[in-house]
Amino acid sequence: MIWQTIYDFAFAPFVEFSFMRRALVACIALALGSAPIGLLLVMRRMSLMGDAMSHAVLPGAAIGFMLAGLSLPAMSLGGFVAGVLVAILAGLATRYTSVKEDASFAAFYLLSLAAGVLLVSVSGSNVDLMHILFGSVLAVDDMALLLVAGVASVTLTMLAIIWRPLLLECLDPVFLSAVRGGGQWWHQLFLLLVVLNLVAGFQALGTLMAVGLMMLPAITARLWAQSVGGMLLWSVSVAMLSGFGGLLLSYHVELPSGPSIILLAGLFYLVSLLVGSQGGALPRYIRARHFEE
Amino acid sequence: MKIALKNLTVSYQRHPAVHHASGEFVLGDATAIFGPNGAGKSTLLKAMMGALKPDAGAVELFGLAVRDLAYLPQQSEIDRSLPVSVTDLVATGLWHESGAFGRMGRPALARVAHALEQVGLSGFADRPISALSSGQFQRVLFARILVQDARLILLDEPFNAVDAKTTFDLLELVRQWKEEGRTVIAVLHDYEQVRAYFPYTLLMGREVIAWGETDTVLTDANLRRAVDRTASWHDKAPVCQTDEEAA
Repeated sequence: MIWQTIYDFAFAPFVEFSFMRRALVACIALALGSAPIGLLLVMRRMSLMGDAMSHAVLPGAAIGFMLAGLSLPAMSLGGFVAGVLVAILAGLATRYTSVKEDASFAAFYLLSLAAGVLLVSVSGSNVDLMHILFGSVLAVDDMALLLVAGVASVTLTMLAIIWRPLLLECLDPVFLSAVRGGGQWWHQLFLLLVVLNLVAGFQALGTLMAVGLMMLPAITARLWAQSVGGMLLWSVSVAMLSGFGGLLLSYHVELPSGPSIILLAGLFYLVSLLVGSQGGALPRYIRARHFEE
Repeated sequence: MKIALKNLTVSYQRHPAVHHASGEFVLGDATAIFGPNGAGKSTLLKAMMGALKPDAGAVELFGLAVRDLAYLPQQSEIDRSLPVSVTDLVATGLWHESGAFGRMGRPALARVAHALEQVGLSGFADRPISALSSGQFQRVLFARILVQDARLILLDEPFNAVDAKTTFDLLELVRQWKEEGRTVIAVLHDYEQVRAYFPYTLLMGREVIAWGETDTVLTDANLRRAVDRTASWHDKAPVCQTDEEAA
């Protein structure tokens, strides 16, 4: 009896409807790629960078839309080019002028965002803008699914390869440059992955929501795990659970899917703020008895 | 092998912090860099490890590869809130052997454990770096230098905010490095430490005030001159002509 209820609630929607299955696969793939990226952003104290980059992607997507209509490859390619362009320009400005990295990124993403809004308002209706900003995970087609899965694969493979220098660069950049470890290159490669994941996310969740699935699980993970490996597991799990639960929520209560997923991830975060074992409010308040030495 | 400065000038916004410095470091021994604040000591070390570009002149490190050089900055920019264990941090000293992708084998990790033992932190291997005191953290950074196994070791004020016992233990490591024939160059502020552990001293006051055996360098007259030379700073100083005159 109880199993039947659980089945009806949690599994039947996916068994019965292929659009739900596609959406779930898209969410799982996004979680696998985006959550580790978000974790690295958090550890590098670049939590707001994802937000900036998601805005930077906009004009490219808009140009893609102007040239080819609501075409995923065109909009993705445009978004990717715009994002990478902003990352490169901001990187160059940081390197060759006295402006700091966060300021450079702020400047270039604002330029990009303004250009994007201008392009969208000149060329299309507000409905289209809403689509770019908020996506629709329930309308994921084969092409989008391939894109999301491809990006997740590339991301995980790249991270596995450049993991050590990437972590070292965020732990001790002076040391990495002292041993001529090529700090700048790892950083640029990482920013490329950030853009790639945001582009993958914007079809499914929209540019704004893609950042949510990237950052919220990662920040939540910090409240539970003490090692980098543990945080990785936590962030990916929270992202996947948010995707799964958010889809169910949107199915049963008839809410838009993107915000449901992000709000659920946000709920995980809020609860973790209270009860997270590594620095949550309550565990900090109720102190465990200290060791003898 | 040769470690030398050749007419080295390094400046910030055209004001030289190190001005036409020339000379050669004694190999396989310890040299202290001494001088008042603003004398260009840290700048010199940064230029030596390649983080700052000289305006003129050069640092000559002949017969030394990048892997032969270990550098401890004055304030490490290590983010100690990151979830990294003591072993992880010390193991980064293996970079030249493992590189970005290589494996860290059992012998390498044994060296990490041994280094922790040498700095007196045997029981700390798995502790997160966020749980360390400044003294313990400095010991960890010295352990990393041990692991790096470098022939030239540059230390920038390594004993700031470190208690007497820790300072003593770490100075014993400096003595050990000397005995192993490594070259140690350290920026220091403590007269007694320099006299006890550093046979040679480079006294700076933006230019080289004196350079040689510690006893002959650290005289009252020299120290006064170092302070005087460092204090003279003009916003509207004329452009330096030394290089043109020499040419």
